[in-house]
Amino acid sequence: MNDTTDDIADESTDDAAGTPVLRVRGLRKQYGAGEGMVRAVDGVDLDIGAAETVAVMGPSGCGKSTLLHLLGGLERPSGGQVWLQGRRIDGIGEKALARMRRTDIGFVFQSFHLMEELTAVENVELPALLAGRSPRAARERAAQLLEQVGLAERAHFLPSALSGGQRQRVALARALSNEPPLVLADEPTGNLDSAATVEVLRLFESLHRRGQTLLIVTHDARIAATADRLISMRDGAFVDETRLGGGSTGRLGALVGLED
Amino acid sequence: MHQEVILAMLAKEPSHGYQLRARLREALGPLGEALNAGHVYVTLTRLEKAGLLAADDTDRSDRSDRSDRKVYALTPAGQQRVAEWIAEVSWPKPDLAQFHLKLITAAAAGLSDPLAILDAQRRELLRRLREAQRAAMAEPAHSDAALLLEGIVLRLQADLRWLEACEKNWTLRRNRS
Repeated sequence: MNDTTDDIADESTDDAAGTPVLRVRGLRKQYGAGEGMVRAVDGVDLDIGAAETVAVMGPSGCGKSTLLHLLGGLERPSGGQVWLQGRRIDGIGEKALARMRRTDIGFVFQSFHLMEELTAVENVELPALLAGRSPRAARERAAQLLEQVGLAERAHFLPSALSGGQRQRVALARALSNEPPLVLADEPTGNLDSAATVEVLRLFESLHRRGQTLLIVTHDARIAATADRLISMRDGAFVDETRLGGGSTGRLGALVGLED
Repeated sequence: MHQEVILAMLAKEPSHGYQLRARLREALGPLGEALNAGHVYVTLTRLEKAGLLAADDTDRSDRSDRSDRKVYALTPAGQQRVAEWIAEVSWPKPDLAQFHLKLITAAAAGLSDPLAILDAQRRELLRRLREAQRAAMAEPAHSDAALLLEGIVLRLQADLRWLEACEKNWTLRRNRS
């Protein structure tokens, strides 16, 4: 791997303090067998420190969505190990896996995956209710989260009455319902126009500033550019890694012909 | 910075150099920081010599700096030049052919892996995108500077999409050989 790290790292990327939130070793996922076998994820190693935002970029079919599904316990790996906050999670039982998906990981998807018959606030409180919080505590937390994403006044709207950007903000609020140590986002801006993309970018930036640990898989350069660390994936493997954080190049002017 | 920009800024009304600088800073936001302070004055002097503007330094009211005392105004030739410049249809050309040929020659001679060149280029563009995006988000919405920064973000996105197409193509070539 090729790392052209700038020495001035954001303080938020400092993971020397302890166990990484996510640790992955030799992760593999293959489909089919014999000649038709596809290695969707082919030996991935990854560490994500607390409060770090990591983006995985790659062309469609490179295996980045499968990777996210493996890390979130939505699919089972064919091999390798995954630790979440120091605890092995590959190979744990179905019940434990379901509990982990509910409380330890927040998911954000390209197509929002909101319950269409529930209002915004009902969508956001659902994970807390499923995790056994009291209806009152769950509602309070949901209202607070909608406030955070700037949708307090839309709390009682159905998803169908919200714009794409607003729906994704509701989905992000829902992902944070149980204060998960890790948020996984799969093409979070994939279905959004440019203005809505900026809304979501701002939100991810503010989450990042508040110390949320984030893994984003995407082919949208704009959201990838908000990450501390960027990994390129091809044919199921990581092929390049770079740290984006650090000092300004001071060369913006050159991009518009203001410098010679 | 084109001389014509400075010239066109005087089309509204005769101005001091420092007034032009302030207007440039407002229009360019953080991008204006790249501008050398002396640049405006050098350009004004050059344009004066070319007869495109005239300087009047009879105003001795408040500024002590000699060059800042002058008020600059367009001459008829200057007005003519501004009108031509406004009507001109020119656009900067990104040099894609150079990068394209870099990939081809590097691959042909075995100098470097085109995919590694692409990765390095993408890293650089993403750093710039990050910077432009942050600067854009820090600007008040709908400001002149925000609009310019959006242009930079969109261009970088277009370049990154082209790199994606290059990557796809070079990956295919590699897999075929």
